[in-house]
This record gives sequence, C-alpha cells and structure tokens, in this order.
Amino acid sequence: MEQLNAWFTELLADNSIFTADTLGYYLDGLGSTVRLVFLSLIIGLMLAVPLAIARGSRRKWIKWPIFLYTYVFRGTPLLIQLYLIYYGVVFIEGIQDTFLWAVLQDAFYPALIAFTLNTAAYTTEIFHGAIKATPRGEIEAARAYGMSRARMMRRIIMPSAFRRALPAYGNEVIFMLHASAIASVVTIMDLTGAARFVYARFYAPFDAFLFVAAIYLCLTFAILYLFRYLEKKLLAHLKPING
Amino acid sequence: MIDLQGYGPRLLEGALVTVEVALLSLLLALILGLLTASAKLSRHWLFHRIATLYTTLIRGVPDLVLMMLLFFGGQIGVNMFTDWLYYQFDVDIFININEFIAGVVTIGFIFGAYMGETFRGAFLAVENGQIEAGRAYGMSSRLIFRRIQFPQMMRHALPGLGNNWMVLLKTTALVSVIGLSDMVRIAAEATKATHEPFLFMIPVAIIYLLIASVSEWIVARLQKHYNVGFGEADEWNN
Repeated sequence: MEQLNAWFTELLADNSIFTADTLGYYLDGLGSTVRLVFLSLIIGLMLAVPLAIARGSRRKWIKWPIFLYTYVFRGTPLLIQLYLIYYGVVFIEGIQDTFLWAVLQDAFYPALIAFTLNTAAYTTEIFHGAIKATPRGEIEAARAYGMSRARMMRRIIMPSAFRRALPAYGNEVIFMLHASAIASVVTIMDLTGAARFVYARFYAPFDAFLFVAAIYLCLTFAILYLFRYLEKKLLAHLKPING
Repeated sequence: MIDLQGYGPRLLEGALVTVEVALLSLLLALILGLLTASAKLSRHWLFHRIATLYTTLIRGVPDLVLMMLLFFGGQIGVNMFTDWLYYQFDVDIFININEFIAGVVTIGFIFGAYMGETFRGAFLAVENGQIEAGRAYGMSSRLIFRRIQFPQMMRHALPGLGNNWMVLLKTTALVSVIGLSDMVRIAAEATKATHEPFLFMIPVAIIYLLIASVSEWIVARLQKHYNVGFGEADEWNN
C-alpha cells in the first residue's frame, strides 16, 4: 500500500492539474453520477414493470394514458424534461409550505425525478415489447394447466419476458449513464460537472474532458460486461448448441 | 402568430436552428456511417481496427462530454495546427470552431458510429447471389454498389436509420448547453427571464413531437419506396 502510494505520488508529481484536490472533485462527481443513475434506474424499473403489464391491457382507458406517457417522454429530449421539472416544481401550489420543499430545493431531486420518469418510459416500452413477444404456445400451455391470469403472469410470462428484455435493458442502462451527463447543466456536481469545473479552473480542456471520458468509458464497459455475464447465465437455453 | 410574451418568433428561429443542426449532422452521420460500414466489412485489418476503435470509443462516452471536448478543446487544437502551418509553410489561415460547427461535428461523429453498425448489418443482409449476378452481367463494383447493393441494403437499414434519426433529433438539444441558440436554449433563457417554465418548455416539447411525427411519416414513405416488390411477394408466399 505504501509503495503504491509512493508510486502514485511520483506519478502525479510533475502535473499541476490532477492534484489530490482535483481528483477529489472527480471522486465526488463519480459518487453523484452513480447515485443518480442507480436510483433512477431502480425506481424506474419498479414503475416500469406494472406499467408494462397495464400497457398491454385491453381496456382503452388504461392503455392509452400509458401510451401517451411513454410517447411524450420518449419523443422529447431529456433536457426539456429536466428543465420542466427543475424550474417547474416551484409552481406546484403550496409546495413551499410542505416538508417536500426542503428536499426539492436541492437540484439532485428534480434531476432524479426527471431521470426516473424518462427511464421508466423507455423501460415500459422495452418490457411491453418483451411481454408481447411471448410465444403463444406458452400462454396456451399455462391456460391448459388452469392457471389464473395473475399466476400465468408471475410464473410464465414475466420470467421469460425479463430474459428477452435483458439485452435491450442493458442498452437502456448505458444510455442512462450517458444521459446523466446533462445533470451538470442544472448545477449538479456529477462527473461531467467536475470536468467542467476543472476545465474552468485550469483552462485545460483536454486534460479535464479526456480524463472524464476515460472514467465514463470504464463505467460503460463495466455495465456491458455485467449484462453480458447476465445474458450468458440467464439466456443459456437460447444459445445454439454448437455456439 | 403565437406571441408567448414576445418570445414566439425567437422560439421559431430556434426551431429552425434545431432542424438545421439535426439535418446537417444527419448528413455527416450518414457519410461517416457508410465509410465505417465499408471499413468494417473490408478485408484489410487496419481499416477494420480503426472502425472498431471509432465505434467503441464513441459509444462509450456521453455525447455531452464529447461535445464539450470538441467545443472547448477544438479551438486550441485547431490553433495549434494553424500555428504549425504558419511556421512550417507560411500558410496563414484562421479556423473558428463556433457552437454550430462543434455541435454538428460532434453529433455527426457520434451518430456516424451508430449508423455504421446499422449499415453494416444491412449490407450483410443483402444476398451474395445478387452481387454475383451483378458481376455476371459485367457490372463494375461501383455500378454494383449503386444499382444492386445500395437499394437493397436501404430496405434493411431504414428501420434502424429511422430510430437513429429520432435519437439524433433529441440529442440536438445538447447544443444549447455549449451556447448555440436553438429552441431549447431560447426556451431556457425565456424561462429564466419570466419564471414561466411551462409556457416555453411545453411548446418546445410539442415542436419536437411534431418533427418526430413528420419524420415518422417520411420514413414510412421511404420504407414503401425501398420495399417495392417485397410486400407483394410475401403475400403470395403466404
């Protein structure tokens, strides 16, 4: 550890930009980015599963509002949604008198809400597509066993739909990581925010942005390999025999 | 004319900027995509390596970071190059990297990588027999590309291209962050001045949805054009 420390100090000795101070900013930024992306993905996923099931409903008054929601949130830039929520929360009647105000004053929470709603819309459509792609025979078999709709959903449709959705969902996770860079626009010190700060302080665009690009690249590859591992585990039955 | 507290006309100008950025970067992305696809399909390992490196790196880094790198770093890089030109060859030129160029080049570069993947898959989907038939007619490889490969490839590529275009359109909103006055930036400025976010952001969202709907219609028309001869054949086969 001491040797590593010495090596690290030596490595950083002849540069004036990447001091322990600056690296601290990047580390904090990494923390906010991961927190923001992770939380919005988890909450978005929890919203998306029931929405995806309801999206396939036969009743128009259930189906259409959800379609409208996904259409609007997938058809407009995330930046617009972020601005709307960030600048818009103030105007909710009487919000400044409730305990929520203390929470919403921090830019983190409006950003979290915007990201969550955005990823929930995309994930709903991904799962909806996966549910729709369930082979008819599986549903007929479940019916032949006398399963109720709820049990069929739980035991037959959802497990296979989750697996089918996995590759597309992996893309969505990477997309969300990249989209989170715009959090820096509303004053959040995420990874990109840290890079902008370092750039502004040292006027060194290449150092500041290439470094952060490398961090994002590492994160992207980590997600990519995680999903590839999951696919290998969960989709093993779909692999060609000699593949 | 919708006035929107006097911001209406400016918002429309901004919409025009958005469309300009989107169309120009689409053009750049299509050219880069075709180049990338042919590099990936070429037998030469160096082209293959470069294309793979390009698509991997571009798709691993957020668009905003790339845009800032190019916008803030591009001028320094270009200045170094022109300085070098001046001292070496006494050529005195000045290239200015403004928000518009930085935005178009970055978005074009990013989506060139995605388009490349789409084109590659589409080229592979064209049957080899078609190309061989073209060769048997004595066509040159350029003629084969123009008359046989390209039209048939487009049939497979169009759905992917349409998707990429929709994502590209939404990505143009990022140029507002580096200071280009597209409709998002004007709406954000108006919001800060008047404290009425809904009045400006919702019309902008509607314009985005409108552009998306129009492009969906155009893609459907193109699809029909490039699918000529296939729809009916499928019906007969069934």
